[in-house]
Amino acid sequence: MDPAWIISLQLYLPVLFAAGLLLPIPALSERKVAWIYSATTSCISLLMTCVVFWAFDWSQPHVMQLSAEVPWLPQFGLTFQFGVDGVSIWLVGLATFLMPVVVLGSLLEVDHDMRAFHFWLHILEACLIGTFIARDVLMFYACFEFSLIPLLFLIGMFGHKNKLKAAKVYFYYSFTGSVFLLAGILYVAWFHFNQTGEWNFEIVALIESGQAMSVTEQCWVLASFLAAFAIKTPMWPFHTWLPLAHTEAPTAGSVDLAGLVLKLGPYGLLRIAIPLAPAAAALFAPYLGVFAVLGVIVTALICWVQTDAKKLIAYSSVSHMGFVMLGLFAFDGGDIGATGAMYYLIAHGLASGGLFLCLGMLYDRFHTRDLREMGGLAKEMPMWSFFFILFALAAVGLPGLNGFVGEFLTMMGTANSPDGVLGWSFAVAAASGVILAAIYMLYCVGRLCFGPLKLPEYVPQKEVFEAAISKRTFHGMSRREVMTVGPISVACVVLGLYPTPMLSSMEPVVQANTAAVKAEIAKLHGSPEAEVEVAEFDTSGMEVSKQRLYNMDLMVEPIAGRDVRAEIKQAFGTGSISYSGSADISGLIAEVAAEYQAEREAAQ
Amino acid sequence: MNPFLDKLATLWPEMIMLTGAVLCLVTGLAPQVAWRKATPWVAGITMAVAWIATLLSPVETHPLGFGGIVPYVKCLALAMGLLLLMVNVGVPERLRQSLSSESAAKFNPGDAVRGEFYSFFLLSITGVMLTAGATDLVWLFLALELTSLPTYVMIATSRDRLAAQESAIKYFFLGALSAAVFLYGFALIYGATGFTEFGQIAEAVAAMEGGPSSLMILGMVLAILGLCFKIAAVPMHVYAADVYEGAATPVTAFLAVVPKTAGFAALILVIGLVGWNPLPEPIAYLLVGIAVLTMTVGNVLAFIQTNLKRVLAYSSIAHSGYLLAGLVAGFTTENVATSSENVVGGAMGNGVSAVLFYLLAYGMATVGSFAVLACIRAKHPTIEGGDTEHDTITYDDIAGIWWKNPVLAGIMLVAMLSLVGMPPLAGFVGKVYLIGSTFTAGYTILAIVIVINSAISAGYYLRIAMTCFFGQTNEKVHYLKAPTLTVSAAITTAAAFALGGYAANGIIIKSHDAVVPQSAPAEAQVEPQPSLEESRSDA
Repeated sequence: MDPAWIISLQLYLPVLFAAGLLLPIPALSERKVAWIYSATTSCISLLMTCVVFWAFDWSQPHVMQLSAEVPWLPQFGLTFQFGVDGVSIWLVGLATFLMPVVVLGSLLEVDHDMRAFHFWLHILEACLIGTFIARDVLMFYACFEFSLIPLLFLIGMFGHKNKLKAAKVYFYYSFTGSVFLLAGILYVAWFHFNQTGEWNFEIVALIESGQAMSVTEQCWVLASFLAAFAIKTPMWPFHTWLPLAHTEAPTAGSVDLAGLVLKLGPYGLLRIAIPLAPAAAALFAPYLGVFAVLGVIVTALICWVQTDAKKLIAYSSVSHMGFVMLGLFAFDGGDIGATGAMYYLIAHGLASGGLFLCLGMLYDRFHTRDLREMGGLAKEMPMWSFFFILFALAAVGLPGLNGFVGEFLTMMGTANSPDGVLGWSFAVAAASGVILAAIYMLYCVGRLCFGPLKLPEYVPQKEVFEAAISKRTFHGMSRREVMTVGPISVACVVLGLYPTPMLSSMEPVVQANTAAVKAEIAKLHGSPEAEVEVAEFDTSGMEVSKQRLYNMDLMVEPIAGRDVRAEIKQAFGTGSISYSGSADISGLIAEVAAEYQAEREAAQ
Repeated sequence: MNPFLDKLATLWPEMIMLTGAVLCLVTGLAPQVAWRKATPWVAGITMAVAWIATLLSPVETHPLGFGGIVPYVKCLALAMGLLLLMVNVGVPERLRQSLSSESAAKFNPGDAVRGEFYSFFLLSITGVMLTAGATDLVWLFLALELTSLPTYVMIATSRDRLAAQESAIKYFFLGALSAAVFLYGFALIYGATGFTEFGQIAEAVAAMEGGPSSLMILGMVLAILGLCFKIAAVPMHVYAADVYEGAATPVTAFLAVVPKTAGFAALILVIGLVGWNPLPEPIAYLLVGIAVLTMTVGNVLAFIQTNLKRVLAYSSIAHSGYLLAGLVAGFTTENVATSSENVVGGAMGNGVSAVLFYLLAYGMATVGSFAVLACIRAKHPTIEGGDTEHDTITYDDIAGIWWKNPVLAGIMLVAMLSLVGMPPLAGFVGKVYLIGSTFTAGYTILAIVIVINSAISAGYYLRIAMTCFFGQTNEKVHYLKAPTLTVSAAITTAAAFALGGYAANGIIIKSHDAVVPQSAPAEAQVEPQPSLEESRSDA
């Protein structure tokens, strides 16, 4: 198959399957039929993702692969361009992986308008895939923006008591943010037009010319992008829509919201905002860091006092997204923070998805999520408790599970962050958030799973409950339910124990996207570590190797007639320096670095 | 050849329309019922034939250098006209049916078709077509009046309510006032330049030292303010909500689209007299001010209305504001030096063509939404099983349409999403086009105001869409079974999708080429040469 077709099919399949639900076949309105249809089609999408994983060249994750182009509006310089790289492929994988799981888990909860429910689920999947694979910034925007509609319907039609308000608040909040994103995108496109004389919305092209914007312009552009992405992420204090949306959404909506939709924000920041406005990103980073840390701690404290289990998990999402933002804006030398943030997106998607599914099962049984009304379920529903505790521990960051890797890497990146951006103080503060997370999660687990058995008052008492669960064959869970959360729990453990493939494929992409910011940070704060790139050339001028210099020894030999000191010094400002030969100049570089820093301090 | 005959040769479509209008009168008043029933068909066929004639008739050299604006606006007017006709079919019949019970008892379907309604309909569309083809201030004035005058009658006769007559009177008096204002402006333009023909005025303005004289500017300002009435822009917007509310819903749809198209065509021509390179400062300030006020006032007031026809009236005001932003951005000569075809990104940044495109996108969504409202009827107080038009359609009346009539709900959803600018629908492409052109022209502030207003507008558009889907079904509501209405609305829905996708290109090329000077094709012919040379060197 032509590689371009693979990724196109990945995008079109969910749309086709959604369209299939509109066919005038009366049987499709029945619960079981629609459910089986949807489960089958989402599994086909998942198989398609396997094909994408197979076709992807894992030795070059930083290259956009399987690219396809479909003309949209050539008159505006607009094309639907898509492709996957080392980060987006995992996010696409997450989207298609959660889809069958969500469908499986929603059999009991949704009891009306089956067609509409599965239609919007498929459309949501298509929007998410479209956003993750977009290479054209307006296509990104189109999918990003349109993802509001399916979720609006999932919440508004299938939600709980207060669904209308939740749907409205969710839509207004996100829509307001994203219209600013549109203005920012068009401004950058116009700037690109001024630079090159043509209208083009390709992300790569816009990034190239966007970096030429003045710092003030970059700040405005980044602010407009943040309006959309910070709300979507959500970053404290723009998170107020999230708990409401989560509590009112059906389980499927919650899983998609926490597991996937929230990921659009950080992904957009990394893919578009940060490389496009590097100077502004360098300036904003400390402030965003403060917001992120405050978010981690404040929302963790809020979690502590929740009595609604779903609200608790919702707030914990905000708290966890604080780690993502911290890692994303750490800009440390090895990109540990940003890579960890991208990894954490996947990890959190799995863990919170699992938690929401577990709570959904509980809601199916008791029609309540109030922590005060239930307790001691471990005895009656050991299987359920096992999964719930597993996901809770994954969310808290128990070593060996996926949450730990993400939290550890983001905090390590934060601590390694260059002076003037973030630093160990941020890491320490965030670490207190980890402790709080452990407290509130274990509090929730303790309430639900342990202690004396307690059931909601209006649920017919113990005998009926036992009858209800005895039908569920597997230690208090039906086979369907085990199939729902089982794959997620496996993924949590596998990714926790063996994160290397994912991390190593993400890292080059992240590095490519943060390189410009690091150059800006070096200009701002004069940190030699973040900055100098030494390329080695052979005699014919071919580049032999290129390495970013931290504390490594590089064997290079100054060529006669070149002012080495001046060149190194210049390199601190501009980013690259090239030598050929075999002399050790690391000492020299360190010397110049000290000199350079002294000069900067004197200048300040 | 005689220039008059040349001009006449381009007027075939209008002549067909006038003939059709007369035919409608004849068939509409014929003694045979069958003839009378055929009147809507006559009107529809007339417009279809006029459309074909527009495509066939020669494109005249435009005095202001707008290559294709005349056929573009004519086609736009006819396309919207056909859709609106489908919405309007049956308005006169329903009028009879909803009379008091005594006359309803004597109700005779044979009396129902009243041909003059369709006749006025065609005349008003003809006015829009003539407006686009105007090359002279006097012509422009007459064409604008031809657009407006039939609408007064259409409003007054559309419903047997006092409200309709009140609307017509309000519309008539304010329309006359605005006509006086822009006629005064035209007179001042004539005074400043000594000509009424556009080409000569433009030459005279270009010859003025230090830009257009203050008399010319004053004339322009008055003309623009007068035309603001036609497009319902602040400060001439106050009539809109009342008039829209009073008229029958199909006629309201007509009012929201047709006079607006005429108004913008006229504004493009009037502002084209001084041109956009650069737009004289007083006029630019005036237009920016009007645009900002119009958007904001429209959206804020729409937000607080409960009567849906008033909501859509204010929404139409707000969209005039967006369109004015494109109008003030305009285009610079180097921007549109060549045809946009085959040039990637070639059309972006052309404000006037953005206006032309947005008129279509807006028109489609507006017709769709009004068509849905027109389907919503109340139970008739006296006639068993009959229905009548609501005096006021509120949010309660559209609540939960989804459960009873999913097609209407879907159409309303798409129309609302297109109006709010949701990708990938027509409204989104239009908004990208408008915002892109305001950036290009350097009006960053306008772009930001548009964006903020989009966010405000989401408030009420979403409320309408959500009420349709999530509200409690109102049992008192009847749905009109008029296939043409649904078909028309469905077409607008399809168009909203098509114009958000690849199909929009054709329209964008046309709208862009509408303002490309006609010398352009000659330049375009020069371009293939390099490829020829390449092929030679390859050989």
